[in-house]
Amino acid sequence: MEISYYPGCTLKTKAINFETSALALLEKLDVKAIELKDWNCCGVMFSQSQDNLMKQLAPIRTLIRAKESGRDRLLTLCSMCYNTLKRSALFIQENEDKRDKINDFMDLEETEYFGNEIEVVNILTLLDEIDKDKLKASIVKDAKDLKVATYYGCLLTRPKEVAIDNVEDPQIMENLLEAAGCKPVYFPFKTECCASFQVVSRKDIARERTRKIVDSARKNGAEMILLACPLCEYNLDKLQKELHEEDSTFETLPVLYVTQLLAILAGVDPEINDYSKHYIDPRPVLERKGLL
Amino acid sequence: MKKIGVFLCHCGINISATVDIEKAMEALKDYPGVAHIEDYKYMCSDPGQQLIKKKIKDLGLDGVVVCACSPTLHENTFRLTVKAAGMNEYKMEMANIREQCSWVHKDKTVATEKAIKIIKSVIEKARLDEALDPIEVDITRKAMVIGAGVAGIQTALNIANSGYEVILVEREPSIGGKMAQLSETFPTLDCSQCILTPKMVEVSNHPKIKLMTYSEVVDVSGFVGNFKVKVKRKATGLDWDVCNGCGLCTEKCPKKLPSEFDQGLGERKAIYRPFPQAVPNRVVIDFENCTYMQSGKCGICQKVCPVKAIDFDKEDKFVEEEVGAIICATGFETYSVKDIPEFGGGKLPDVVDGLTFERILSASGPTGGEVRRPSDGKVPKDIVFLECVCSRDPEHYLPYCSKVCCMYTVKHAMLYKHRVHDGQPYVFYMDMRTGGKGYEEFYQRAAEEDKVVFIRGKVSKLYQDDDKIVVCGVDTLSNETIEIRADMVVLATAIVPSKGIRELTKLLKIQIDQHGFLSEAHPKLRPVESLTAGVYLAGCAQSPRDIPDTVSQASGAASMVCTLFANEKLKHEPIIVGVNEDICSGCGICTVVCPYDARKTNLEKKLVEVNEVLCEGCGACAAACPSGAAQQNNYTDNQINAMIKAILGKGG
Repeated sequence: MEISYYPGCTLKTKAINFETSALALLEKLDVKAIELKDWNCCGVMFSQSQDNLMKQLAPIRTLIRAKESGRDRLLTLCSMCYNTLKRSALFIQENEDKRDKINDFMDLEETEYFGNEIEVVNILTLLDEIDKDKLKASIVKDAKDLKVATYYGCLLTRPKEVAIDNVEDPQIMENLLEAAGCKPVYFPFKTECCASFQVVSRKDIARERTRKIVDSARKNGAEMILLACPLCEYNLDKLQKELHEEDSTFETLPVLYVTQLLAILAGVDPEINDYSKHYIDPRPVLERKGLL
Repeated sequence: MKKIGVFLCHCGINISATVDIEKAMEALKDYPGVAHIEDYKYMCSDPGQQLIKKKIKDLGLDGVVVCACSPTLHENTFRLTVKAAGMNEYKMEMANIREQCSWVHKDKTVATEKAIKIIKSVIEKARLDEALDPIEVDITRKAMVIGAGVAGIQTALNIANSGYEVILVEREPSIGGKMAQLSETFPTLDCSQCILTPKMVEVSNHPKIKLMTYSEVVDVSGFVGNFKVKVKRKATGLDWDVCNGCGLCTEKCPKKLPSEFDQGLGERKAIYRPFPQAVPNRVVIDFENCTYMQSGKCGICQKVCPVKAIDFDKEDKFVEEEVGAIICATGFETYSVKDIPEFGGGKLPDVVDGLTFERILSASGPTGGEVRRPSDGKVPKDIVFLECVCSRDPEHYLPYCSKVCCMYTVKHAMLYKHRVHDGQPYVFYMDMRTGGKGYEEFYQRAAEEDKVVFIRGKVSKLYQDDDKIVVCGVDTLSNETIEIRADMVVLATAIVPSKGIRELTKLLKIQIDQHGFLSEAHPKLRPVESLTAGVYLAGCAQSPRDIPDTVSQASGAASMVCTLFANEKLKHEPIIVGVNEDICSGCGICTVVCPYDARKTNLEKKLVEVNEVLCEGCGACAAACPSGAAQQNNYTDNQINAMIKAILGKGG
């Protein structure tokens, strides 16, 4: 299977582990992700302003590139990119006058975009579509019932129009990890917000969130937190380190992109992950399970 | 030319404030056919009606047009008026210049013009009206009540006590419904069992009531006064005529299962009686879970039965009953906690719904009335009650108010406090809706005497933390977020119609609303009737309601049935669609569009035949008929064309 792939900025820098592991995993599953040519920033956040159409240009231009690729589905790894692209597409689909205005403004583009030509697909949805037996067959390493906390954050399940699964109790990651031999734990904070960009101006809020989320995961027996969002990864990973430095009784949990673990279980060389990018080193847990 | 009398009603100022009556009379007085025109302030009042009667007699009118409100409101009133003056009642027509004109317009000039057009068109119709006679039908004076909760029980008793026979059908093994599960009832706190079980016994002893429990309606045909109903009597695995209800089999049966009656908290056996006070006092075998039925081994119940009633017969039996009226009282269910992921999706054992808490409170419940939580049997010291769970939440769940939750939650908190004196109940509410006799006082008592803490606000999430349920909510009066570490949480989940209602309403040919509740014929004036003649409604099947309202409505439905049965013969509206046999080719198109199965093709005669009693005069066939053979009485193509011409200004 072939699918267009939109990386987004973070995936080439801070979240490079997400990209390398996801692409390697997809290759094992016979999915060819073809990177878009000449892509630009997704716009970072879906603009809530109805009138400021300038903010819709970045995502719409990306969708135009996708349309020009000739493939009708566009894979995103970053949940922020997913959320922004999907909501922008929905926005112009539902607002014809605004759609026309945007297309008029971008009349130098050779292609017009109307809102429903491209299906924006998150990596979790794509993995969920793959037959579970096929997924199981591709798993070559025994996870030995590794206890994992699956963290969705908010962008994958909110607003409900673009949610990849049940808004309150998504199960996609759990199902994937169960098929791969892991044991997802009860984790009531899985859709709680990580505080997102508040980490810049109100770090206290972000820290408090991280503490709550990690405490809950550990209390329920998790050995590792798995997620699919670069910003959540940054907050939960980096802030744990800070919390631990301040208060040594705070116990940390390693944070990995779900694809990092799945890729290892599917037989991808564990060294494909750049462990220096992690603030909490996941290698001791992986080693304990014999996964390195 | 026929002499038509036109009578304009002011309806106080409802019509006259927007329609210039004088101008209209001036415009109509010389319209062809108008022999007399007159106005009056309240035409439906006695002087108004007398006026019409007098003119019919004095002038020898051939037809009457009353220009007033909707025929839904007063057509019958004025039909009786003209009939009393010796005119055929079907030669009276209503011109609706209120609902369709004065109420919906502001501009007097425009409204007056429109009223004139409406009246002209109705005059045209009246000129072509024929005298009609109601169709007379025989009547079977026996009623069937579907559903034997408190609504069905009350309806059945009222009808039976009026001297008519009743068949009471219930799909569960016992009658009693949800009310039998309740502990105590608001606002008097009398025990639900104490007030319901005597009624259940009365039903079972009543010579006029035939009880059919563990039975379901599978087919309905016929029409008002003459229904034929097929009932499936589900196999019980034993002979109920022989069984004496001793219950020895239920004691000895080795297979234990969660009890539905106790909301899964208690146990029952594979051969069981839902609860000790069940009526009839009989047992049934749960075939799916019976060891003998599954593997052929066991059969202990058969060995111990002292009267040899058990035969393991799995064959359902079908019976046909003829009845004159049907009452649909199929009750409610509550929205399943399993479908509410933010509140644990049914995976947290100490988060229960209101009905489960009723069983916990009930003296006959699994804890004998002691408040103990399901997970470990501990007495909860901090307990949180959530109202409006899935109700009043159009974005995610249901838009309507479930009506009883405010009151039963207050009752729950109060009863909890009466049993756990050192415990603290909290209630999260959106608005306290305590309309009803003694209800507001009851609520105040809970807050003041029983120290129930009421928090205005909603809860976003519940989760398990150690042995506590953490309640994350907000107090919208102080605008602060709140977290309560509770031992137990009770959800007042929305009331929804019981399963199977859609299938049943298809059989009964009655309507439901978008949520599956039964639709009444008129929300104010015909609240216990469906739009299908002879089918009545009672209880929560129509909309969420409490016990007093349910019992009142049930009695109302019973009284409507008795009114029907008091008729010597039934009179059916003659405004039906017949067949002009000279024109009909028997193509059968009309039989396909008829929603009442009133039309059948006779292949031998190559004609369509009409069962006049089944025809409700909707006119679908008349519109579909390609040749004009199907003409509706007093709504013929000629009449409708004349009306259209009049409205377009080409009449007269």
